[in-house]
Amino acid sequence: MKLTASIALLTVSAAALSFSGSALAQQKLIPAQSSIGFVTKQMGVPLEGYFKKFDGQISFDTAKPDAAKISFSIDTGSATLGAPESDAELPKAAWFNVAKFPQASFQSSGVKSLGGGKYQISGKLSIKGNSKDVEIPVALTQANGVTSASGQFAIKRLVFKIGEGEWADTSMVADDVQVKFKLAVSGMGKL
Amino acid sequence: MSSELQAKLRYHPVSIILHWVLGIALVCLFCFGLYMADLPFSPARLKLFNWHKWAGISILGLSVLRLLWRATHPAPPLPTQIEQAMPQWQLKIHHATHIALYALFLIVPLVGWAYTSAAGFPVVLFGQFPLPDLLSPDKALAALIKPWHKFSAFALALLVLLHIAAALKHQLIDRDGLLKRMSLRG
Repeated sequence: MKLTASIALLTVSAAALSFSGSALAQQKLIPAQSSIGFVTKQMGVPLEGYFKKFDGQISFDTAKPDAAKISFSIDTGSATLGAPESDAELPKAAWFNVAKFPQASFQSSGVKSLGGGKYQISGKLSIKGNSKDVEIPVALTQANGVTSASGQFAIKRLVFKIGEGEWADTSMVADDVQVKFKLAVSGMGKL
Repeated sequence: MSSELQAKLRYHPVSIILHWVLGIALVCLFCFGLYMADLPFSPARLKLFNWHKWAGISILGLSVLRLLWRATHPAPPLPTQIEQAMPQWQLKIHHATHIALYALFLIVPLVGWAYTSAAGFPVVLFGQFPLPDLLSPDKALAALIKPWHKFSAFALALLVLLHIAAALKHQLIDRDGLLKRMSLRG
């Protein structure tokens, strides 16, 4: 009898937990269909890279974009430029300093609808212990129950101290970095 | 004996300038390539690699002009006495070496350009002018091509050594004054 009651209690609390979990973040990022990349220039030559591992929590009601909460964490150690010799450098202290700052993060502070499935997301981008407010334009499209959010924005790498010491020379590696993303999200309401 | 011959049998001044400018440039860029290949990853290494590509593309462009010039302004024939003094195998090697040199002037930079295209690092000449990719990015293909830039450069270096050795033989052993055809001093 006692045992049955406790099992019932457990079941109820588990259900409550999963319910509250889904209420906090009704949308789910599909990492396999998402990408976060970056482009800069090295002596005029475009250098393209991307992060292999990142995760996001998205609570976004298209009817109430003001209430949206979006946060991302990106594993800095998963950055790749596609060449073994440069990938060996990226985790080092001069670049992402993965040992000390294993994750970069983004936390939204506000979302504004621009109409036509376009939104402006304001928030704080933190990389390598340096934070900066950024404005990120996002375009949403939907197909087969999956919402695709894509956009790009520019940052200055030196603001975040990415590439220090001899690598701070912007005639070698440009200060401007374009961050490009395409995120697949399930469970979002109709646009 | 040979001084009158040379007066009539000199190379065109443009050919002479192209010969010396490109000859010196090729030797310098070969040594440059040997030096930079083993540098550790650093801004200096990336800088030198870009300079090497810019220089290589410039040499390729000048070599194309040189080839066109050569096609429209044939080399003076070997002085009769010298040609008669050369055994048949030497004449053959003399011609083959020059053809191979011209071929490698084009092949070495083209292979380098193809490699860097396949490796995903397009050439942006002088950091300003993006050149078209010879191949689309393909890491496996890049790895396959990479040694051939080195092999072809070493083949070119060997032919340049052979060319210099033959020139020195004419100058110091045969003492036939053949080099005056290519002298900058006229």
